[in-house]
Formats: sequence, structure tokens, C-alpha cells
Amino acid sequence: MHPAYSVIFFTTASGAGYGLLILLGLLGPLGWVPQTSVFGLVGLGLALTLVTGGLLSSTAHLGHPERAWRALSQWRSSWLSREGVASLATYVPAGVLGIGWVFLERTDGFFAAMGVLAAVFAVGTLVCTGMIYASLPTIRAWHQPFVVPVYVALGLATGALLLSLLLLLVGVATAWAPWLAILTLAAAWLLKTASWARADRAERIYTVEQATGLGRFGKVRPLEPPHTQPNYVMREMGYRIGRKHAQKLRRIAVMLTFVVPVLVSALMLAAGSGIGLLLALGAVVSAGAGVLLERWLFFAEAEHVVMIYYGREAA
Amino acid sequence: MPTGEPSIALSVPVGDAAKTTTCYMCACRCGIKVHLRNGKVRYIEGNRDHPVNRGVLCGKGAAGIMQHYSPARLKAPLKRVGPRGSGEFAEIGWEEALSIAAGWLGEVRERDPSRLAFFTGRDQSQALTGWFAQQFGTPNFAAHGGFCSVNMAAAGLYTFGGSFWEFGDPDWDRTKYFMLFGVAEDHASNPIKAALGRLKARGVKIVAVNPVRTGYNAIADQWIGIRPGTDGMLAGALIHELLRTQRIDLEYLVRYTNAPWLVIRDPGAGDDGLFARGGNGKPLAFDKQSGALADATLAGIAPALVGEYELADGRTAVPSFVPMAERFLSAEYTPEKAAAVTGVPAETIRRLARELAHTAFEQQISLDVPWTDWAGRRHETMTGRPVSMHAMRGISAHSNGFHTCRLLHLLQILLGSIDCPGGFRYKPPFPKPTPPPNRPAGKLGTVHPGKPLAGSPLGFPQGPEDLLVDGDGRPLRIDKAYSWDAPVAAHGLMHMVITNAANADPYPVDVLFMYMANMSWNSSMNIPAVLRYLTEKAPGTDDYSIPRIIYSDAYFSEMVPYADLILPDTTYLERWDCISLLDRPISEPDGPADAIRQPVVAPDRDVRPFQAVLIDLGARLRLPGFVDEQGAPKYPGGYADYIVNHERGPGIGPLAGFRGADGRSYGKGAPNPRQLDEYIANGCFHQHHLEPEQRFYKHANKAYLEWAKEVGFVGSADPIIFQLYLEPLQRFRLAARGHGAVQPPPSHRRRIETFFDPIPFWYAPFEGAVLDEAEYPLHAVTQRPMHMYHSWGSQNAWLRQITAENRLYIHRDRALALGVGDDDWVWITSAIGRVKCQVRLMEGVNPDTVWTWNAVGKRAGAWGLAPDAPEATRGFLLNHLISELLPEREGGYRFSNSDPVTGQAAWYDLRVRVERAKPDEAGESWPRFERLADPLGQTRPAVSAFGADFREAQR
Amino acid sequence: MTTLPRSTARKLGLVIDLDTCVGCQACATSCKEWNTGGYSAPLTDQDPYGADPHGAWLNRVHAYEVGEGAQSRTVHFPRSCLHCETPACVTVCPTGASYKRAEDGIVLVNPDTCIGCKLCSWACPYGAREYDYADGVMKKCTLCVDRIYNETFAPEDRIPVCVRACPTGARHFGDLGDPASAVSQLAAERGGFDLLPETGCKPVNKYLPPRPRRDATAASAAATGVSANSGDEASASARFFAWADKVLSR
Repeated sequence: MHPAYSVIFFTTASGAGYGLLILLGLLGPLGWVPQTSVFGLVGLGLALTLVTGGLLSSTAHLGHPERAWRALSQWRSSWLSREGVASLATYVPAGVLGIGWVFLERTDGFFAAMGVLAAVFAVGTLVCTGMIYASLPTIRAWHQPFVVPVYVALGLATGALLLSLLLLLVGVATAWAPWLAILTLAAAWLLKTASWARADRAERIYTVEQATGLGRFGKVRPLEPPHTQPNYVMREMGYRIGRKHAQKLRRIAVMLTFVVPVLVSALMLAAGSGIGLLLALGAVVSAGAGVLLERWLFFAEAEHVVMIYYGREAA
Repeated sequence: MPTGEPSIALSVPVGDAAKTTTCYMCACRCGIKVHLRNGKVRYIEGNRDHPVNRGVLCGKGAAGIMQHYSPARLKAPLKRVGPRGSGEFAEIGWEEALSIAAGWLGEVRERDPSRLAFFTGRDQSQALTGWFAQQFGTPNFAAHGGFCSVNMAAAGLYTFGGSFWEFGDPDWDRTKYFMLFGVAEDHASNPIKAALGRLKARGVKIVAVNPVRTGYNAIADQWIGIRPGTDGMLAGALIHELLRTQRIDLEYLVRYTNAPWLVIRDPGAGDDGLFARGGNGKPLAFDKQSGALADATLAGIAPALVGEYELADGRTAVPSFVPMAERFLSAEYTPEKAAAVTGVPAETIRRLARELAHTAFEQQISLDVPWTDWAGRRHETMTGRPVSMHAMRGISAHSNGFHTCRLLHLLQILLGSIDCPGGFRYKPPFPKPTPPPNRPAGKLGTVHPGKPLAGSPLGFPQGPEDLLVDGDGRPLRIDKAYSWDAPVAAHGLMHMVITNAANADPYPVDVLFMYMANMSWNSSMNIPAVLRYLTEKAPGTDDYSIPRIIYSDAYFSEMVPYADLILPDTTYLERWDCISLLDRPISEPDGPADAIRQPVVAPDRDVRPFQAVLIDLGARLRLPGFVDEQGAPKYPGGYADYIVNHERGPGIGPLAGFRGADGRSYGKGAPNPRQLDEYIANGCFHQHHLEPEQRFYKHANKAYLEWAKEVGFVGSADPIIFQLYLEPLQRFRLAARGHGAVQPPPSHRRRIETFFDPIPFWYAPFEGAVLDEAEYPLHAVTQRPMHMYHSWGSQNAWLRQITAENRLYIHRDRALALGVGDDDWVWITSAIGRVKCQVRLMEGVNPDTVWTWNAVGKRAGAWGLAPDAPEATRGFLLNHLISELLPEREGGYRFSNSDPVTGQAAWYDLRVRVERAKPDEAGESWPRFERLADPLGQTRPAVSAFGADFREAQR
Repeated sequence: MTTLPRSTARKLGLVIDLDTCVGCQACATSCKEWNTGGYSAPLTDQDPYGADPHGAWLNRVHAYEVGEGAQSRTVHFPRSCLHCETPACVTVCPTGASYKRAEDGIVLVNPDTCIGCKLCSWACPYGAREYDYADGVMKKCTLCVDRIYNETFAPEDRIPVCVRACPTGARHFGDLGDPASAVSQLAAERGGFDLLPETGCKPVNKYLPPRPRRDATAASAAATGVSANSGDEASASARFFAWADKVLSR
């Protein structure tokens, strides 16, 4: 699949934003994080900025961004529509939580409920995002059970890294925050590894012989494409990346997304707050770059079944 | 309707106006209906009433909109201001353009009319252009037939008075076995497609003989992947088998052919091999009833096909059937011999012969339609031998094409399947006499300054005395047509004009005037040489070797920069045209048909239809017929005026329908001022329907022949006799043996002796015969993509998306042996040059053959395309590899790379080798020529949203 | 409405005969021509005269080779939207621009509400949806919905333009939901098949497989006439001339 850059940026940024929102929505009411206006403003502000920036970016992918509101209508059948609804719905409890936290410095009672609701909605949004891909049987690498958990786990992990950073920014040094990051990163790493393994192992179940119904006469080879220059289908669905190249990029993605942030988080446990801030920032940047690369690979490595009409033997 | 579904406009009218006309996206000439909205072309559909396409339309026809709105359209007359080839032009007005042209042409005409070479390409107005040449007085006229299909036309016309494609059709609705030889997507585009669909529906077996299995060949029941140029050998072996198994129609032969005519056997005599004739000049046969010689054309005799007979003068003669049968029964034509030549297994050949015979004789059909033969004898039924064939350029474009085509006709005739139900049927005005009676004009001493020619420049020679040669046997025409180089060049040799004119061989020309022929690119062989000829200066002078070139075309083709004066033509939707019975009609076997084009939209540029320009020039030159007695233009209304009012003979004009003052006459009748209106009201065509009794055996059908004479199709109602034995060829041969007043120069005698065999035969194509086959082991041929016509398709925004670059196709096994993989880049090398291109491997191609799509490669800058268009960077032509001349012979003479009988360009004789290119050579085709400068500053849209204007109607 | 109708009154679709298609592109260009000015107007072309021409087409013709050697064959393969009974492209649409008509099963995109998210093209296994880069919406085969009910047309012209143009008659249009319809019967007789039935999209369009080739017919086995390969060439020749030496009247 042709990597759609606006979508890659969207899922990376919004994913982190929702991850942060989930943590704030749950940990705020639990009192694990400062209930100050400043922290509320910075924390929820960052989460919602990332979410909103991502959502806006995703509309750049559209042929008609001005009609994006129409995407809210088909939640009964479309995961993309559900994602839109869920993402907007999330603003309501998140906004109420923000009012309580920033203006009233309260995250209890009704506001706590709103926090939990925001977290639930945010998880829901991440699930919807994952389901957009996971629900497509046309793309083998996406149509598998690990795609949704990876989206959720990476959102949480990058959100946890952001939370670590924010806590240090307001001068709160905790041990649980780096630990949380390490744990969510480890979970995401595990899931992503499983996802890749699953994608690599998945059998190419469709052949050109099946696709053309001509297998009864023998092996099918393309003789003439419909058009000599690539058409939309080939441009969108025909993106190819070499296996070796992909393996190398996967290693880099793992390094940036998981290894570096985990090591850095571990270091943070040992380091003081001054250097800790820099380390936390480094972990966020590394993971951000890593997730962007992971998402790019998510597209680039995905093969669409339609390409068997255009010369691939199986998909 | 459930809620939620938007309501959509389901009954929007197509447009606000619709006009019928004739398609020109290829040579098929289908009827179309053009729908307009707000003056713009909205939709073009096939005309359901039209005899050619009956409503369907091919991939080209349906893309006509993009041809009409092509950015490559020329916009105004141009005068060259820079050096030739530079593309530097100045726009001028029509008055200036026409006076320049008239000045050049008038000067030539007053000095020596033959110094004008007037050649036209794929135009459909040769009845007019030929007449212009005749009235101008130059013999140097022809259209593109010399590099298209003259072998087919000449072989057919000389043999049975018709031919494949234009002049006949398989009896699609009755045939039970169909063989297709060498046909890609060529002409008769929709009729063949529609017919194949109908054959499929009826379960008729289709056999396709073609080195390449694409298109029509792909859906055949049996594909015979023959080696190029060997179809004649296959036909010869099929004939061998039919004779050996005694499976031919002897009755058909004695009734309709010259098989019983006696041929004089008197080696060394001046009439050896000619027909023995009686006192009345009629050929003789031996009548088995009376046991005596008899006029072979009489009805009621029982002519012998076998034996040796004594003539009145004591010499012996044999029925022409005897040497013919002897030839094909000989060991030269056994299936084994043919298998070695053609690559088709001997058992396959035997089986094909059995199937042909089985279908012809055991599946004979009979129509309960009484008819009367030429001798007045009534027959209650029409017997059909339902075997039919069709052939095209794969047969024609070889140096053995004439004889190969004759072999196919011989095969058809031996099976008794010409113009019978289920067989191959004439399309009136065919059949014509074998050959048609008109001879080429322009003989020595008949071309005079300021005077017209005595007849049409093109015709059908019947012996050496009809040639256009001087006292030493040298050619009188610039293309050497009707000379000893190509005596039966019935369509001329357009492909030799530039080479010959530049080399002043046989003489130079002053003005070269061409129309719609891309002679500096895909219509010429050896393009680098042609470009040199077009731009080189005559030795010791500052003048170009070809001093003046006038060119008319609608589009910025590769030829435009090489002309001095450009007369921009209109598109096909902006013009009057006439698809005339005097030219190449659109008839169907059940009746003759002709058609017109009418302007559907007005030109938005300063362009004029070429035919109107030619009529204007004729008037300016005061050519007879173009002006009245007072010298005023005779057709001030342009081509439409000419179409209605011109009379070629009394009552005979360009259009046969709606003639006479009342519009009720057919064929002959006074000009009808309302004729075009009546054509338009009838869908821009007219078809006459023959009576059922006239529809078959037209060559010997009294009712048909008498009617054909009445409407002027034939001069007499005499039966048309199939010439299995072709006496005119023997006349040329006798001249080569030193007989007669007109004899070939010594350099040509062996060639004439060899190839002017009155009985068809197969010989190896010349290029393969003169080259080392080990060095050039592969045949290389082209075929046309179904969705493109010559070079025109690439300017079409839709068609070029389908094919913007071409590959060299090569058999998988052969590629493996050569170490070439799919998508590799290779060098193709011929005796004269190299071409680099990318390959694609395939199964369905003869293993000794490589091929590519024709005319996709373009020169950078032409056709309104970006210079980096794939057509220019990755597309390629094989033309660069094909020599227009054969290697030097003893005495230093170089014959053209053409059929020795007709001069047909032997495109498909090409032999090559293929080698893998180095890795750093991949990516671009070669050769690349200097980018053509754009004379018009054409603008190319970055995005085309054609139809956006029509959106409002939908909402 | 991207939820699918529970059932459609009719199942309009095409039957494409792979035995007869010669790959002429008439369906492709006539479709382009009709639809660039029709319901989907325009079908935009990018860089139409440049180095990388590509545009929105609703009908594309592939050519494949099948098998090896003497057993191999060339098959032309036109592809367009199959108007599936359970079209994945419709249910993924977030806006409702994609829908399947309850009346006849035609799958359409509403060009006024499509946001151009391309998700439907990802969901379609057949590559039947083409994004119009300039128009910013998805285009697809409409089964010529603006022709087949068009009351301004002659009844015989109320068919999809590809069927109208197809010179070989390899395309047939009708109601595949009606077992008695001509198209249903044709598909039944000729073994019409679905493309990729495994995807569960349940295509309505059917493809007719190439018929078995007849490289030999009944005539090949026993033929009338002299078929024995006996004797040398000279005697075959003598026998032939003896046979041809008949009294035949002209």
C-alpha cells in the first residue's frame, strides 16, 4: 500500500494524544498526577493538541476535507465513521475533565467519571482506528488480531512517555512513570513482534489463477497491462518495498520505538531530574520517530489482493 | 425507494443535437452518430443502421473525442522560415499559402508536370486526388497502397476480380470453417470483430494463421504460429494435400476458371506459355464432347482439364490446369517440406486440408434461391462450399506477398468457395474483370507541359507494352512503379519517393506534395536515411535535393517540420468527405454502399479540409475539369459541391445513391442538388440491396452482371473468369527471354524470369534469402494495437494511456536461450542498424519471431506530447532496422525492398538478432533523434477534465 | 446509506464472455467517453500529454497468457465493478456516499457527498474503484445508470455503453437475480463464474470461461477422398490426373 503520510502522522500524533488522555483520565482521578491547573492545562492541552492536530492532518488525506463532517454519519457499518464519532465524542468528557482540572482543580466525583469516560472513548477511538485496517480482508498484513492491540498499546506507550516528560516538566519525579512507560512499551513491543510474525507467516491465499478463474487452463501470466503507465489502483495499492530493505527498517523502527525509550526510561529511574527531563524528551522524540516509521512500514509492507491482477502471483 | 438513497437524474438527454457521419479513427469507416452539447462533442456512438458496423464501435472510434480535441492539431497555414527540420515556421494566411502553392505547382506544370510528385497517405479521397494528378498531367501519383496492401489487391484483382478486405468478405452468416491469415487488428475492424462474435455464437471453427497469438488469433479454435513469410508454403502444401486426396471442385474449375484453357508448349517461342487462341482471339479448350478444340468461353462444352492437345499449327498445348497441378503435386509442396519451412507440423497441415475438404464437400450447403448463370441457364439452388478465408498485411507485406496471396486464392478456388454461400463473397462493385481494364497513364511521350494525362496514373498492366519505361527500359515514374523494378505496381511505391527523388533516380522532382502520410517517421523504412534525404542539399548547390515540399495534415506529425509549406487540414468531424464506389467503398456482399462525412462541428482554427484546398488549387491552376469554359472555378462550393456535381462519366459521380433530378436513380443519373441532404437524412450512407438471385456467383450471374453493367460497375456483362494461370505474368517473362518490343534491361532479366511465373509459387522472402540466417536468426514483425491507427493514437489522451510505450515480445524459450529475462533491455540488430528496447516474454509467438506494436514510438516533440513522453523515451520503431533498398546486386543496382511483382514494401521480411543490453544501458530506447521544435507553441494541459462542463446537466 | 439493503429487487449486472473478447478496448474507451460526460463527469486525466499519463477509467482490459507451450492460450480480460451483493466497498464508506441501490443492486458513489478518503478502494478486492485526483472523489462503474433507465433513449439503447459498443458481442447485460433472464441462462449454460468468490463479496457480474479449443474436428479422423499415403509421388500424380480426366460440362 502506498504510505499515506497524512494518515501516518495522524495515527502517530493522535495515538500518543489519546494514550496521554487515557492516562490522565485515569490517573488524574486516582491522584497519581498533580491536580494543579498548570498540570491539567499542560497535560490535557498537549493530549488534545496532538489529537486535534492528528485529526486535522488526516483530513489532508481527503479529496474533500470540507465534507469531512459527513464521515460521522455511517457509524453503523463503517469503522472510519466510528473512529470519527468516537474521536469527537472523546472531546466532550475530555473537555469537562479539563474544565474541572484547569479551572476548579478538581478531578474527583463527576470529573473523575468524565476522566474515565474520556479514557474509554479514547481507547474506543484507538480501537476504531485499528479496526479500519484490521477489518479489510483485502490486505493480509492488516487483517489479523494483533493490529488493534498494537494501535492501542502504541498509543498508551507513547502517551506514557509523554506523561513521564510532563511530570518532569512540572518538577515531579516519580518512579512509576518510567516504569509505566517501560511496561507499556514492552507490551507494545511484544504485540508488534507478534503482529509482524503473523503478517509474515500469513499465507498468500489468493492467486492470480483464482482471481481470473483461469487456473483450470494452467499457470496465468500477465501479457499486457490495461495501461502502460501506472493507474490509480497500482499507485495506491501497488507500492512495493524490498524484503531486505523492510527488515532493516523494521530493526530501526524497533530501535527507535522500543529499545531506546525503554533504555532511556530505565536510565531515568537512576538519573536526577535535570538530566531526566532531557532523557524523557529524547525518549519521546525517539519513540515518535519510531512510530512514524512503524506506521510507514505498516503501509509499505502491506500487499493488496488486487495486485494479483497486475502481475503478483499471489496475495 | 428506501430513504437514504439520493435521487439521481436518470433521464438526462445525451446532448442537445446529434448528427450522423462516418468515423475516421481508422480505415474501417463505420457509421457514427455524434452527440453534441453546447456545441461540444459529448458522445460518439455507432450508427445501428449502418452496414459496416451495425451500431457497434471499436476502442478507437469511441475515443474520437480526444482525437478531435487533440492539442497536436495544426492551427493555421505555415511557411518554413528556418532550415528544414528545424520546425521554424511563420503562420501565414490561406490566400498567401494557396498562392505560394499555386505558384510552385503552376511553374512545374508549365515546364514538366512529371516534376511534381503527388502522393497521399491514408486519405479516403483517392478518386479526387488521382483525378487531380491526371488533370495536372503528372504520372507521379499514388496513395499509400504500395506500403499497405497492394499485393493483396493486385493478386486478388488479377486472379478473381476481387480481393480480401475492401473488395470481399467471408460469408459470415453461413460459413462453417474460417481461416484467418496474417490479420492483426487491421481495417474492417468492426466487421471482423462482429463477425468473429457471430462465428463463436454459431460454434464455427476458426483457424488463425499468424506468428503472434493476440487479438483475433487469441480466440481462434486453432492458432497456427507460423514462421513469417511462409504462409504461401502452407497454402501450397494444403493444395498438395487437396490434389493428392482428390478433394477439389472440378466442376467449379471448368465453369469459372481458366483451368481448361490451353497453354502453348513451345519452349523458345515468343508465345510459349501464352494461351492458345482461336481466330476470334478467344482462348481455346479441348472439348471432350466433340473431341475437338473449341472456344473455351462457350457454354455447353465439356472442356478437358487433363491431357496434351495438338493445335491447328501443329504445336502442342495443355490445359493450364496441368502445369498447375503438376507443380503442387510435386515433392516441393509436400506437408513435410512445408513443415520444415513454416514450422507447422506436417500432420497439422494434413489435418487442416482434411477439415477444409470435409467442410467444403461433406458440409455443402444449398440455398433454395433460383438464379440464372451467365449463359442464361437457370439453376434452382445455390450451392455453397462453406469454407471461407480472410487475409491481410501479414500476407501482403512480404517480398513474396503477391504470389502468396495468389496461392490463398488458388486454394479457395480449388475448393469452389469464391462467391458461393458460405464462402468468400464479393462486395460490389466487385467483381471486376481479371484484371480491370484500365492501364496506367503516362507512357513515354505522353506527358506534356501544361496538359493533362490521357488517363488515370494508376492502372493494371497486362504486359510489357503497358509499362511506364523509356527506350532503355528505365523507369518513367519517380517511384519506379510500372517499371521493370515493379511492373504490376498497381498502387505505386510511395515508400520509395523520397529516396528516389533525393537521389535523382531516375530523376529529381521540383515539388513533392503529400497528404496525411508520416513519411519522415513510421511510414518510411530506414528513417535516418529518409531524414537525410529530406534535408540534404543537391550537390554543388544551396537548394535542397527535393527543392519544395508541400504537406497537408491535420496534426503536428513528425513530417511537418520537413515541409516548406503546411496546409492544415481539419479533423474528421469538421469536414465533408465521400466514401465513393469510385475509390474504396464500404459495400457489403449483399449490396454496394457508399457514404459521406458531414461537418458536425465548425473548425475553431484557421484550417481547411484538404479536398477543398485541392479543388481550390485545381481552379487556381485552371486544370481542365476544375474550371468552366470561362475559367471560373467549377466547384466554388468546395468538396461538397464536387461530391454532388462532379461527373466522372455521364451520370456517374462520386456518390451512387439518390441520383437523378428526383433522387430516385441508383448508380447512374444526373447530379441531384439535394443528394447530400438525402444522404444525411439516411444516416450519411446509402446501400443498394441486391435481389436474392443476384447475391451469389456474381462473377457468372446473369442478373447481377447485367445490372452491374447498367450501373457502370463493369463494362460488359461477360462472365469474369478466374485466372489461376496468369497470362500477363507470362508476357513479362517472355520479354525477359528476349521476346517483344519492350524488354527488361539485362540487370532485370533473371528477376523477371524467376518471379513472373504465371502459376503461383512460394519463395523465401528476400531479406532472409540474402542475409546470413545464422547472423540474423530471428524474424521481426509489427502489428497494430487494436486501439490505435498508425501514428495517430498517441496524440489521443485516452488511447495513449492504454499504450504509451511498447515492448519487444519474445518467446519465453528463445529468451531463455538468449539469457534475456522479462523486462530486460535488449539491442535488436539488423543488417542496417540497431534499436534498443525493453522486452516482454510470452508463449504465444512463433519461437523464431520477435514482434512489437507498430507506430507507438514517437519522436520527441511531435504530436503535441511532452518531450519526455514515454512514447519518445521508451517507445521504439522497427522502421530504423528496415532497409528501403536491397543489398547491391551484380552491376551495382539496388532493387527496392519490395515485392518484385507489385513493389509492395516488404516490411515483414525483416531479419534481426537480439542481444541483452548492458545494465547501464537500460531505461531508455535508442536511437533518439533531436527533439522537434514545436512550431505552434502548443499548450498541453496538466490535467484534462473533459466532460466537467457536462456535469451540470447531470445534477 | 452504507448499510446494505437486505435484498435487492433485481441484480443488474454484466456477463463477460472471455471466449469471445479480442481485447479491442472498445468497452474501456466507450465507458470513458460516456462517463466523462455522464453521471461521473468528469473522469479526469492527469498529465494527459506528458510523461506520466494516467486517469480515472471505470473499465480496464488486461491480457493474460495461460498455460505453457501448445496448451497455452491468450485471454483478454476486461474488468470493471462487479456490483457485488455484499460489497465491502459500501460498508466501509464513512459518509454514505457509497451505496447499493435497493431497486436494482447497482453500487454507486454519490459524487456530491464522497469525501475522497479512498477507503472503499482499499476494501475492494477487484480494483474496481478509481480515485479521481482532480475531482477528489471516487469514481466507479455505474452500470450506466444514466443510460439504462433513460427515457430519452430508444429502448434498445438503454444498456450500459460498454455493451452497446462491444464489437464482438462479448458483453451481456441483464438481471442476474432472475434465473429466467437471458444473462442468467447464458451464465448457467456456459459455466459462468465469479471472480474471487473466496472474498465473500458475492459478485453479480459473471465471467464465461474460454471454451475448449477444437484443434481437431470430426473430419480429421475419417475423411472422404483418397487419404491413403500409398505409392510414390509419381503414382499419386498419375492417379490424380486419371481422376481429373472427367467429362465436365461448362
